[in-house]
Amino acid sequence: MSPLLLIALWELGSRAGVIPAHILAAPSSVVKTAWDMIVSGELPSNMLVSLGRALAGLAIGVTLGSALAVTAGLTRAGENAVDPPIQMLRTLPSLALSPLFIVWFGIGETPKIALIALGTMFPIYLNLYNGIRGVDPKLIEAARSFGLKGWDLIAEVILPGALPSFLLGLRFALAGSWLILVVAEQINASAGLGYLINNARDFSRTDVIVVCLLVYALLGLAADAVVRAIERRALAWRPSFIKS
Amino acid sequence: MNQVVYKPNRGEPTVIQIEAPSPAAPVEPAVRVRNFTRRFGETVVLRDLDVDIAPGEFVALLGRSGSGKTTLLRTLAGLDPIDGQDVRAPESRAVVYQDARLLPWKRIWRNVALGLSGSDARARAEAALTEVGLGHRMDVWPSTLSGGESQRAAIARALVREPKLLLLDEPFAAVDALTRIRMHELVLSLWRTHAPAVLLVTHDVDEAITLADRVLVLDGGRIAAEERIDLARPREGSPTFQAIRRRLLRHLGVELAAPAAPSPEGELVAYPTGEALS
Repeated sequence: MSPLLLIALWELGSRAGVIPAHILAAPSSVVKTAWDMIVSGELPSNMLVSLGRALAGLAIGVTLGSALAVTAGLTRAGENAVDPPIQMLRTLPSLALSPLFIVWFGIGETPKIALIALGTMFPIYLNLYNGIRGVDPKLIEAARSFGLKGWDLIAEVILPGALPSFLLGLRFALAGSWLILVVAEQINASAGLGYLINNARDFSRTDVIVVCLLVYALLGLAADAVVRAIERRALAWRPSFIKS
Repeated sequence: MNQVVYKPNRGEPTVIQIEAPSPAAPVEPAVRVRNFTRRFGETVVLRDLDVDIAPGEFVALLGRSGSGKTTLLRTLAGLDPIDGQDVRAPESRAVVYQDARLLPWKRIWRNVALGLSGSDARARAEAALTEVGLGHRMDVWPSTLSGGESQRAAIARALVREPKLLLLDEPFAAVDALTRIRMHELVLSLWRTHAPAVLLVTHDVDEAITLADRVLVLDGGRIAAEERIDLARPREGSPTFQAIRRRLLRHLGVELAAPAAPSPEGELVAYPTGEALS
């Protein structure tokens, strides 16, 4: 069944009274609500708040994860110090930590951003660490024999070799940050998409809920498109990108 | 010449070594290895090895798998530790590996210019790539090159450093037969132009005889045989080629049927290493 047909049936069902508005709002009323929320500025401002949280958490998580992965990936001492605790902690679902984070950080922005940072750190760490360790030792040896060492070797051989793994990790991290954002925003938020949803739930405004869900979906799609664009640029040397 | 000098205030004779300048001093070899031994755990890979390579000399190193030939090359390349043993090789050296080992994320010219500094890096890379016939492909990604092209790029990458010692680790083993013939000609012409000392590690006897001034056979961690090849190039058709080939193959454990007419050319220098000559 095509999506358009589905929407048409949904609209018909709503108009005929088969789907009551407090269960699920009609597509037409969702569109109208969306328009009203955009015009009033309610949707853009709250969307920016959510986006800001996701980006802040992501920035911290990616930075921490990368720093730890480079430390563990490049030196034996770093591996011994960093890898075991991370491997232990990663089995813990980040969201399960939210009660603890609320106790530690209160109910403001901090626990939300901290949860996202934690949740995105692991996929970055795991993939980048594996990527660094997975760089072909023959290439490293060849580069060494041509006089590369120290930082040059890291910058010209090891990090570019690990970049595909890093970008894979970034994709997982983005997906994770979205998931955590949705849940974290249900906790006592005074702004953001989660706050809008919570309010709408209290007033059974299913149209507002659907609008917010659509925005979540669109932001997720946009994030994926950004990573794809980065990959096309940064991994242009890959045979799959050369052919296309 | 030694001279004994008495120093009266100490009452002890001191021996001073005076080096007499020799009238025809031999050229300092590009590579000099003395009594070199390399172990991996209990296994002795190279045993008391002596090797000299003169500047500009083309030496081929033959040996069966596991004979230690790649270990010797890696030692001369500075990739393996020498543990304070007597190994001298020029600082200016470059390796061409069996697999081209181009960095896939760098365009060809950047691979060739790897580790070069200075604003003329691109121009130097272009000159080297033009010399190996890849001047028109300097801006492509390595994954778009054929096996032979990759290997030529790898040769350009070695060449651009103007090495005094060029180490070739079975560089033609993975390319097809026709490409190999072209690569042989390319390597010979580059060797004549740039005159580095060359150590070619190979298990292809014909390739060794075709290219080298001298062929060493490595067996059991020692040089089991040495063959100087004084034939003018190209060499393939010569009957001496066949005679040398037969001798070298025997040292590698391959016995060919005796030729119809024995050829008198060439002389085999065999080292008394016992089992190596069996």
